[in-house]
Amino acid sequence: MIRPDAQVLLEIRDLHASVADQPILHGVNLTIRAGEIHAVMGRNGSGKSTLSKVLAGHPAYTVTGGSVLYRGEDLLALDPELRARRGVFLGFQYPVEIPGVSNLEFLRVATNARRLEQGAEELDTFAFEDLVRERLAVVQMDPAFLERSVNEGFSGGEKKRNEILQMALLDPLVAILDETDSGLDIDALRIVAGGVNQLATAENATLLITHYQRLLDVITPDYVHVMAAGRILRTGGKELALELEDRGYDWVDAELAALAPAPVEVG
Amino acid sequence: MAALSMPSAVAAASSWGSELLNALTAEVAAEPALGALRQRAAQALADRPLPARRQEAWRFTDIAPLLAIPPALLAPGATVPATLPAAAPGVVRLVLDGHGDPLVGVSLPAGIEPIPTAELETLLLDRPTDRGADNGFRHAAARAAAEAPWSGLLAAATTGQILALRVRGVVEPTLELVSDAASAEGVLPLRVLLILEPEARLELLQVHRAAAASLTTVLLEARLGSGARLSHGLIGQGAGAAVLLADLAIDQEPTSHYAFTSAVAGWALSRLEPRVLQSGGAATTRLRSLQRVDAQQIADQHSQVRFEGPEGGLDQLHKAIAAGAGRSVFNGAVAVPRVAQRTNAVQLSRSLLLSDRARIDTKPQLEIVADDVKCAHGATVSRLQSEELFYLRSRGIDAARAAGLLLRGFCGEVLRELPVAAEIWQPLAMVLAEEAPRP
Repeated sequence: MIRPDAQVLLEIRDLHASVADQPILHGVNLTIRAGEIHAVMGRNGSGKSTLSKVLAGHPAYTVTGGSVLYRGEDLLALDPELRARRGVFLGFQYPVEIPGVSNLEFLRVATNARRLEQGAEELDTFAFEDLVRERLAVVQMDPAFLERSVNEGFSGGEKKRNEILQMALLDPLVAILDETDSGLDIDALRIVAGGVNQLATAENATLLITHYQRLLDVITPDYVHVMAAGRILRTGGKELALELEDRGYDWVDAELAALAPAPVEVG
Repeated sequence: MAALSMPSAVAAASSWGSELLNALTAEVAAEPALGALRQRAAQALADRPLPARRQEAWRFTDIAPLLAIPPALLAPGATVPATLPAAAPGVVRLVLDGHGDPLVGVSLPAGIEPIPTAELETLLLDRPTDRGADNGFRHAAARAAAEAPWSGLLAAATTGQILALRVRGVVEPTLELVSDAASAEGVLPLRVLLILEPEARLELLQVHRAAAASLTTVLLEARLGSGARLSHGLIGQGAGAAVLLADLAIDQEPTSHYAFTSAVAGWALSRLEPRVLQSGGAATTRLRSLQRVDAQQIADQHSQVRFEGPEGGLDQLHKAIAAGAGRSVFNGAVAVPRVAQRTNAVQLSRSLLLSDRARIDTKPQLEIVADDVKCAHGATVSRLQSEELFYLRSRGIDAARAAGLLLRGFCGEVLRELPVAAEIWQPLAMVLAEEAPRP
């Protein structure tokens, strides 16, 4: 839903970042307002996952230039846990298995950390169980997964459902979903996408990072951005995704070649 | 190694050893009932050098914290009454102070009875050694002195009291054996002997605590008859300069099941030596252990499992957390001689290194002669995984709490196998060194 007067939630300006001294992002610009769904598409290595990790504050990534404002606040100055508490959520491409840590407890601790930030009361174990059982319905998840260790032994589809369950509990204002569709069969994709659609409101925004059009068949983006060589090369509506599906990514190479060589960043 | 090869260190250790023997032999006369047992063990000790890092079994374990305890204190002395938490429901508690009779004023649960002194002396002393496994205690430290670990001999030489129990049938309550040296200095010598008759079942929880420059020595011998099941937990909660040396010698007859879970933290030096002998194979053994070291602490787990018959099983998991400048040692010996065909043994060691100054030495020691066996082993040493930490932080959980959750997960895998009665001792808080009041 595009409303030009909606609040700007995330404003990325000329963002440069590197990992292990290797520059990956070369000046990303992106503005996201409340109510919008954005899709960032691009080939492997185009920098889309790096963008998501940088926004979430992964310590292995270093920002070398530019800025990110989240509701007017310098997002990059915040530790990852503070970003999450303020309402920035990253759905992982590969959710991490944590043996020995109960999924239910993990979800409760995370939910309470966010609630405290929102000025709400912490939930005790009983109140939280009520809440989590209600939110399970968003992704049609079996309650048995609450009793297991975080993501341990979950199938690919179960892990992604668990991610969306976390999103449903944490009530983010900006949800960045990194390749949420990867590894899902068509049924699981519909369930997960259905969850994302249910959670999208006029107050929050979603940034989908994906390789394929098929996710966008079930979640309709307001904007589609094509990323290549660490920059957003082109922005359009949902028809841009269809064009990509149609023409493949080869034209991106042609367009890249027409530009000046990508600047080499040092430091 | 370098430090101990210095002449002054050798001299100091050697003089500590002779002072120790003087202290021990001076005491023997005063305890006629156990005198012969103790004397025999003291003699065996005299024939042994003190543990030193040139010996393979002590290669990674510096006994400096033990040598720091004045040997004169190692003769049994007075104990300080400790404040213990109330026993959990369904638990029969025996408090061991090294001297007094722990059975005074206690009604033992159905199925457990004391072994009379005369029989005990026969069991431990009088049978000729060439009768082999006749009495089932082939491990018994006093009889097989040559094989007994030094710490077991020390326990045998210092003990003033043996708690000897026979178990028949299924014992419902958990038997809890508690010692607490509290702030007392000196030695707390404990010796326990258990006979589980065929088909007997017992859950046993040992708890040893100390907070001062003291030495707790534990020698526990148990014999499991055919079909017997012993579920055995040990919590070692130390502090300050306290030292714990425990020798656990278990004899298993075929079709018996022995499960041992230990959690040890806080000692200046601790060494646990669970030694399991499947005398005819065909038994199952499950070992779970967790130790944490911090500051300058040393924790050592030396386990031995020996199969003397076919179709035995072992499932072993050892875990360690090393923080500060702590040192953690694990040596897991598994002996599968030719008679032990179709043995199935798995041993895993997983260690977490939380500091650059900490050190972990972990060593599987598999001696496999039989050819038709399945024996697997593995060892990992790692830091807290940065991806796991980031995942938790990205959900709003701060770094310290995230690390705590990961540590709890790491510990939980072992701690959940402790007897339920262990809960009141707060083993998790103990291992995580959290600010929990001593119960």
